Amino acid sequence: MTTTTPETARRDPRGAEPLLSVRDLTVTFKRQGEDPFVAVDGLSFDVRPGQTVGLVGESGCGKSVTSLAIMGLLPDRGNTVTGSVELDGRDLLTLSNKQMRDLRGSDIGMIFQDPLSSLNPVVPIGRQVTEVLERHKGMSRKSAKPVAREMLHKVGIPDPDRRLTEYPHQLSGGMRQRALIAMALACEPRMLIADEPTTALDVTIQAQILALLRELVEEMDTALIMITHDLGVVAGLCDEVNVLYGGRLVERGDRHPLFHDPHHPYTGGLLSSVPSLEGDAAERLNPVPGSVADNLPWTSSCAFAPRCSNAIERCREETPAAVASGDRVLRCFNPLGGQASPAESEEDRR
Amino acid sequence: MLRFIVRRLLQLVLVIFALSVLLFAWLKSLPGGTVSAMLGERATPESREALTKELGLDQPIPVQYWSFLKRAVQGDFGVSNGVQPGTPALDLLLERFPATIELSISALLVAVLLALPLGYLAARRRGGILDNVAIVGSLVGVAVPVFFLAFLLKYWFAIELGWMPVSGRQEVGNATRVTGFFVLDGLLTREWDASLDALKHLVLPAIALASIPFAMIFRITRASVLDVLDEDFVRTARSKGLTSRVIRGRHIMRNALLPVITAIGLQTGLLLGGAILTETVFNFPGIGNALSEGFTKRDYPVLQVIILAAAGVYVLVNLVVDILYAVVDPRVRTR
Repeated sequence: MTTTTPETARRDPRGAEPLLSVRDLTVTFKRQGEDPFVAVDGLSFDVRPGQTVGLVGESGCGKSVTSLAIMGLLPDRGNTVTGSVELDGRDLLTLSNKQMRDLRGSDIGMIFQDPLSSLNPVVPIGRQVTEVLERHKGMSRKSAKPVAREMLHKVGIPDPDRRLTEYPHQLSGGMRQRALIAMALACEPRMLIADEPTTALDVTIQAQILALLRELVEEMDTALIMITHDLGVVAGLCDEVNVLYGGRLVERGDRHPLFHDPHHPYTGGLLSSVPSLEGDAAERLNPVPGSVADNLPWTSSCAFAPRCSNAIERCREETPAAVASGDRVLRCFNPLGGQASPAESEEDRR
Repeated sequence: MLRFIVRRLLQLVLVIFALSVLLFAWLKSLPGGTVSAMLGERATPESREALTKELGLDQPIPVQYWSFLKRAVQGDFGVSNGVQPGTPALDLLLERFPATIELSISALLVAVLLALPLGYLAARRRGGILDNVAIVGSLVGVAVPVFFLAFLLKYWFAIELGWMPVSGRQEVGNATRVTGFFVLDGLLTREWDASLDALKHLVLPAIALASIPFAMIFRITRASVLDVLDEDFVRTARSKGLTSRVIRGRHIMRNALLPVITAIGLQTGLLLGGAILTETVFNFPGIGNALSEGFTKRDYPVLQVIILAAAGVYVLVNLVVDILYAVVDPRVRTR
């Protein structure tokens, strides 16, 4: 392990060619008797080799749907995905099922929110690790076993020989998530997607798992997309943060500038709703008022306006465009200190 | 695991004992009684009394039960007095039971081999043509009485088309008997024609008998696969890029099978009820046939031994199911 601390980015990946390039990703779900629901709306972002990128937002902002779309794991029917998701210049959205199967688990790994339900209850842990190696590395079950053992050791599971033969219900929550990480990283993928990997765990275990993830992606030089609603997770892990609201990007920036100087009122709201140890204990948390149910349609307004403390009249009448200045991207008419965005033009809207 | 099996076997003894008490009390309370059955309605009071004494029927019922139990433990269940007069009831059971077991296993194979793949496919293509056809088919399977289906099959395929034999178990007369399972016997002694002939006799009764178990197992497989398809671990399996064959077998079916195994066990126990009707229609010489004949002829020793044997098999099957359950589901093992 290198000597980087959580407070410093592990390296400056800027300038490198992106490993994953998501452009105008739009995922629409058909609904019986209702208008189609746009879960992800024109989302674009890059992930460079070895970089850790956060997708942040509350439930329903489209962050999980984005990860499933990248992995090609959305249901076969009932949705349409447009835009492009390029991995090394290959558009994943145009690949066949077979090509995607070859890619999943070997080039892109994924770990999920609830480690217990995400593990097969009737198959030993070891088998669930070796099956990935058998599939992608062409190993036999026997030759994959020592590799699986090594992998369990690597993710900090004590007594891996015994754990190989055990079943998920015999492991603790933290051990289960470690086992899932072992499966996802067994083939040393170049990219890992972690969808709320610590939400179902105890707070002390959360910190351990995050530290483990950071250590592993550094060691293996794996790019990481961290999907979370928890800015605490982002603070310790991500180089770059994308804040999503209602399926659209509202703010993007490097971790430090974004945390110290949030421009979008939603980012500001998320930050002030995180409890702080340094703050006065009597100080009340400031949650973002309302819920996503209050959203306005993006097509004719800012979806966040009804919940926004900074909303002005224009926010309910026009759609703010996402505008880049330097490394920062912002979509807001009346930001907390940055430069206001213009309205979205016809061309932006497409 | 071993302790579990031993405990269940002890339970088996208890169940059989309790059932023998119930059965004995029930048979004794039936109108008519053994004596009328053996001598007919018009026997003289003297001969009735003599036979009553001879059979020990003048003794108090607990005493009668005790002597029944003593003899039964030694394998003496009395002599048939209706189905095959003069034959010991146990011999009759041993001769007939293999036929029913052979038929039941065939029916179960038909049901399971059809229901599992169809249930899986129907769930994967939920709402599709196959799904709807199979659902209607399974409804029909449950709704049509077994004896009616048996008659239809017999009429079309045996009588009209002549594809299959009309009745019985085997026509090859000089087949060697080894186990009492005719298909197996033919294979063991290399008498292929005898084996094939016995198999042909099994086809129609087995299909008739399979209709209800098929419908139940299909329905439960379909529902169970639908449940498992939504599970997070199936998504995990897909995220690992596994082939559909591995996802289907190791991740979906192995989990979906748990409730299906229970259903198969229950249906196996219920097969005997269907076997009575099927065997009667096809004049198939199994215990179902003997049971219905035993009732009409008030052959109490035969009824007793068959019902006890059937109950024993039912408990044994459920023991096997429980063991299978523990084999498939590690969570049961550690409990």
